[in-house]
Amino acid sequence: MGGYAGYVWPCFLFACVVLAWNLWAARRYHAAARLRAARALLMAAGDAS
Amino acid sequence: MWTWFYKLASPPYVYGAAAALAPWFLGLAAITIGYGLVAGLAFAPPDYQQGDAFRIIYVHAPSAWMSLFAYSSMAVAGAIALIWRIKMGHAVAAASAPIGASFTVLALVTGSLWGRPMWGTYWAWDPRLTSELILLFLYVGVMSLRSAFEDPARGDRAAALLAIVGLVNVPIIHYSVLWWNSLHQGATVAKLGKPSMPGSMLWPLLSMLLGFMLFYGAVLCMRLQGEVLNRERQAKWVREAIKS
Repeated sequence: MGGYAGYVWPCFLFACVVLAWNLWAARRYHAAARLRAARALLMAAGDAS
Repeated sequence: MWTWFYKLASPPYVYGAAAALAPWFLGLAAITIGYGLVAGLAFAPPDYQQGDAFRIIYVHAPSAWMSLFAYSSMAVAGAIALIWRIKMGHAVAAASAPIGASFTVLALVTGSLWGRPMWGTYWAWDPRLTSELILLFLYVGVMSLRSAFEDPARGDRAAALLAIVGLVNVPIIHYSVLWWNSLHQGATVAKLGKPSMPGSMLWPLLSMLLGFMLFYGAVLCMRLQGEVLNRERQAKWVREAIKS
C-alpha cells in the first residue's frame, strides 16, 4: 500500500464493521418487532377468550 | 400512476414489497461491492499524487454520497407523510435515519483517516467537513425528536419537520467545495462528461456507489418491515404476516 496501509486498511475494516452492524441491527429490529406483534396478538386472543 | 402511489399507503403492501425486495437488493449489493473492492484494491493503479492512499475513496465517497441520499430520502418521505397524510412515509423516514447516520459516521471517519496523510491532520474546520458533521447532528436530532414524544404521531410529525428544514444542509455540503476555500478536493465523478479519473479507477468507484445504494435499499427494506409491524401491531393482516 505504498506506506499508507495504516490508513487504507482501517478504512476498509471500519466500512465492513458499519455494513455488518447495519445488517445485524436491521435483522434484530425486525425480529424484535415480530416478537412484540406476536405477544400483542396472544394477549388480544387471551382477552377475547 | 396514482393507483401505485396510493398502494404505497397500504401497510400490508409495503410490508410484502419490502420482504420481497430485501434479498434481491442484498444479493446485488454483494456482487457490486465485491467487484468494486477487488477492482479498487487490486487492479486500479495508484494515484500519481496520492499514491495508494487514494484507494480510501472506494469507501469514503460512496458512504458520503449515501449519507446525503439517505437524508434526502428521509426528508422526502417525511414531506409525503405530512402532505398526503400517508403514515408509511413516516415509517420510511424512521427506517432511513439510523442507516443514514451510520453512513455519515463512516464518511467522517474514513475522511479523517484520509486527511491525516494528505493534509497532515485528522480534522480541520473546513466547510465540507463541518457541514457533514452538522448532517450527523441533524440525523441524531431527527431520531431523538421522534422518540421524545409520548404520542408517536406527534413525534413523527416533529421529526419530519426537522428533516425537511435540515434538507437545506444537503446542497451546502455538495457545493461547499465550490462556494468556499476548502481543503477538500472538488467533484471527481460528478463533472458531467469529463470525470477526472481514468476508467480503471472510475468503474470500481461507480460499482461501489451502486453497491452502497443497493445495500441501503436492502437494509431499509429490513428496517421498514420492523417499523411497519411496530406501527400496525393490532391490525388483522399482521396475524397472517407473522404466521408466514
